Amino acid sequence: MTMELQTEMRTETVKKHYFSDIAVMLGRSMRHITRSLDTIITVTIMPIAMMLLFVYVFGGAIKTGTENYVNYLLPGILLIAIATGISYTALRLFTDKQRGIFERFNSMPIARSTVLWGHVLTSLVSNAISVVIIILVALIMGFRSPAGILSWLAVAGILALFTLALTWVAAIAGLGAKSADGAGAFSYPLVFLPFISSAFVPTDSMPAVVRAFAENQPVTSIVEAIRALLADQPVGNNIWVALAWCLGITIVAYIFAIRAYKRNAA
Amino acid sequence: MEKTIEVKGLQKSFKDIEVLKGVDFEVKRGEIFALLGSNGAGKTTTVKILATLLKPDNGTVTVNGYDVLAKADNVRQSMSLTGQFAAVDEVLTGRENLVMIAKLRHLNQPGQVADELLKRFGLSEAADRRAATYSGGMRRRLDIAMSLVGRPRLIFLDEPTTGLDPEGRLEVWKMVKELSKSGTTVFLTTQYLDEAEQLADRIAILHQGKIIVNGTLAELKSLFPPAKVEYVEKQPSLEDIFLAIIGKKEEKVN
Repeated sequence: MTMELQTEMRTETVKKHYFSDIAVMLGRSMRHITRSLDTIITVTIMPIAMMLLFVYVFGGAIKTGTENYVNYLLPGILLIAIATGISYTALRLFTDKQRGIFERFNSMPIARSTVLWGHVLTSLVSNAISVVIIILVALIMGFRSPAGILSWLAVAGILALFTLALTWVAAIAGLGAKSADGAGAFSYPLVFLPFISSAFVPTDSMPAVVRAFAENQPVTSIVEAIRALLADQPVGNNIWVALAWCLGITIVAYIFAIRAYKRNAA
Repeated sequence: MEKTIEVKGLQKSFKDIEVLKGVDFEVKRGEIFALLGSNGAGKTTTVKILATLLKPDNGTVTVNGYDVLAKADNVRQSMSLTGQFAAVDEVLTGRENLVMIAKLRHLNQPGQVADELLKRFGLSEAADRRAATYSGGMRRRLDIAMSLVGRPRLIFLDEPTTGLDPEGRLEVWKMVKELSKSGTTVFLTTQYLDEAEQLADRIAILHQGKIIVNGTLAELKSLFPPAKVEYVEKQPSLEDIFLAIIGKKEEKVN
């Protein structure tokens, strides 16, 4: 390439600032979260109530083969919290679409994907906050873990991947929704998925058909992997199945979310 | 005079519906250009194509010398869009909204830019209140202020006064006139004839997917038979009465 051509290209190309733009977007939606703390409370209160209910009401009658039912229950509760949390991501995306804020951003010289990534990072941060709150409550309720730093990091990694996967699903819902209620409603089935898994009771107590579903849906492998890591037990295959599910869902949902976003922006 | 916008043979369909059937017009630098048309005439579609949000099916569209398809980023750099609905973030304060846009435009002193615009648009006192608490007129002013961050050479206003009360409407008109005085080219769409008459240097009427008339107000007037002189008793309109009473009240307050 000749020198002249290079200088010409430089003047004609608008410089992109991916990272600083994503930082601005993240800062924006983090303000949304800190200014509506009730969303964090809503996200954490239901799983905490469920945890209390299962531990102190049903727990005595449930035979899991473990001494400490809080330890058994916690992974499933965390997944329920994340499934609740991402419905707010869908809602925030829907609001942006509705108010014309996407239009403003898309008519500016910033990379279009930064707008979505801002929301995705926000979802990761806010869900991490609710997960920490719930773990603290679980500690008060008697949750104990012999796991070392590496196992905890692995747990954090799986939860982050799970959040990422569901966040992209939420993005499809938020971008495609016709109403605010519709944007949030998609997460109900996700919230219930842990009930038909090994999150609350071992799957061998279930009838054959339910059991087959429970053992082969993503939540069970994720729950089992997290449970084993927290108990400092060998995780076996579960962790790979869990990772495969999370990555698979992320990739498929990402493709559809970007398509939905482009359709909106186009 | 330099052309800020050049549109030739612009066509756009949504599925089977032909919205724009070969639209041609030009906007000169520094003028206020009004695109007039009834609801569903294709005004917003035209604005969205000019602002790179929609792609044209056919025809050539250049904005500030850049083709909207080939040089979309350059177009985005050189203009600002104020959409039909005030695109402000209601959770953020007025100031935060402006700072956010200034950062996204990569200006050096976002805080200072925000303060200047807040002052210019009479929003200094409300600067630290959430935009959700603003009145319709204030929200629209903030919206337009956000579009002026980074001093774009061209600004699109898509139905800027739809849904505003009479006072809000006058506020926006005043602002558009000031903008034009400072050298910014203004492209506005409206369904209100008096708005075009008040503001525009040049008016184009979009009807059934085509520009049917295009010219200055004087040129448009000359298309019709010469004015007749009639004696009509001029009653004050409800708008005149409303504004007079409101104006008096405000004087008392001051």
